[in-house]
Amino acid sequence: MQDGDSDAEAVARVRAGDAEGFRVLMERHGANVHRLALRMTGNPQDAEDVVQESFLRAYRNLHHFEARARFGSWLYRIAANCAYDALRARARRQGRIEPSGEADGPFDALPTGDPGPDRLVAGAEVRRRVQAAMARMSALERAAFSLRHLEGMATAEIAAALGLQGEAAKQSVFRAVRKLRDALADQARPAAGARG
Amino acid sequence: MNAPIVHPADDDLVLHYYDEGPAGAVEVHLGQCAACRQRFEALRHALASLTPETAVPAGAPAFGPAEVERAWRTLAPKLARERTRSRLRGVMLPLAMAAALVVAFTLGRRWPAPAEDPARGSERVLLVALGDHLERSEMLLVELVNAPAEGPLDIGPERLQAEELLGASRLYRAAATRAGEPGLAGVLEELERLLVEVAHRPSPISSDDLARLQRRIDARGLLFKVRVLGARVRTRQTDAIPGPAAVS
Repeated sequence: MQDGDSDAEAVARVRAGDAEGFRVLMERHGANVHRLALRMTGNPQDAEDVVQESFLRAYRNLHHFEARARFGSWLYRIAANCAYDALRARARRQGRIEPSGEADGPFDALPTGDPGPDRLVAGAEVRRRVQAAMARMSALERAAFSLRHLEGMATAEIAAALGLQGEAAKQSVFRAVRKLRDALADQARPAAGARG
Repeated sequence: MNAPIVHPADDDLVLHYYDEGPAGAVEVHLGQCAACRQRFEALRHALASLTPETAVPAGAPAFGPAEVERAWRTLAPKLARERTRSRLRGVMLPLAMAAALVVAFTLGRRWPAPAEDPARGSERVLLVALGDHLERSEMLLVELVNAPAEGPLDIGPERLQAEELLGASRLYRAAATRAGEPGLAGVLEELERLLVEVAHRPSPISSDDLARLQRRIDARGLLFKVRVLGARVRTRQTDAIPGPAAVS
């Protein structure tokens, strides 16, 4: 359980020069940061790097942290931003041009009957399909969509966390949803055909 | 005559799924339109496939006590370096202020500079401090110029650095003006304006904003000027200085 008062005490210790106070904060919030980073990046190594970078940035900017605020929420926004940076760095390493193209077609391109995603949701195949779809998203699309869908953040919160205009965050989610839908539809069609 | 039926767009259905769209209209329409209900169901199926479990690779490690311990062992030395840097920054600003006073005095007097000039030590202190200031400014400009302008970018560290450099830069510029060094003062003034701009930019910075900043640095040749100035200062550090530090 996160204890706001204890966080404030730990922050005060760090500000007073006691680095061990920061270890306390990492013990309390490290798992949350890691979970967010892993969901956003989908890569364990990137997630570890994001944890390091998030705590380092938090330490560097601790003088900007307002004591009245919740440390966990503040750190969470930093981590979301770090994860987004990691996604962009990965795209650069892979020399990928960030796609922003629109997908065509209505949602009914995805068959709703068997073997739909609900049927497979617990299986490795769905995991593979979903991750393939996520890999096709741009860094921005993936970051915004992860925060919207997996973290339950509202568009305004996503925009604030990633430094975007609200409309840009919203459009990124739309594009990501289309890519997910298209990837699942591509996979579902042959399967449906095979049945017939 | 009945009004034409307007079916919600795909994006409207996404907003409806996340409870972000205008409440009511889509809900009412879905209650009346079987085709759109089917579209919405297809969307729901697609989105249901993305869960916290399917988003991550199978067998991805959790972040338990062992991972915390390992992460802390990596992080702790970085924090120690940060503390050292922070302390150095705390020392550098007063030093820069002191050096600025020296420049005001030494350059302002424009004394003849024989080899045995007792003020030469002070001038060297000034040149070392000014050289360091220009080098740090150059590094900041290089980071900004080379930053990828492809999306929002966290410039928190650069903002902090700009804030720190700003105070010293003002002092150097004022001292150079007093000492009748218009070239040096001019470059420092340009640098100062840029530092103000960086320090006041929001972070993360938008790609448009960053591109504007990069164009501004580029258009004025500021990086080049700071480099040239820095090189001259470094040369002066090693030379015997017969007169005022004419680094402009």
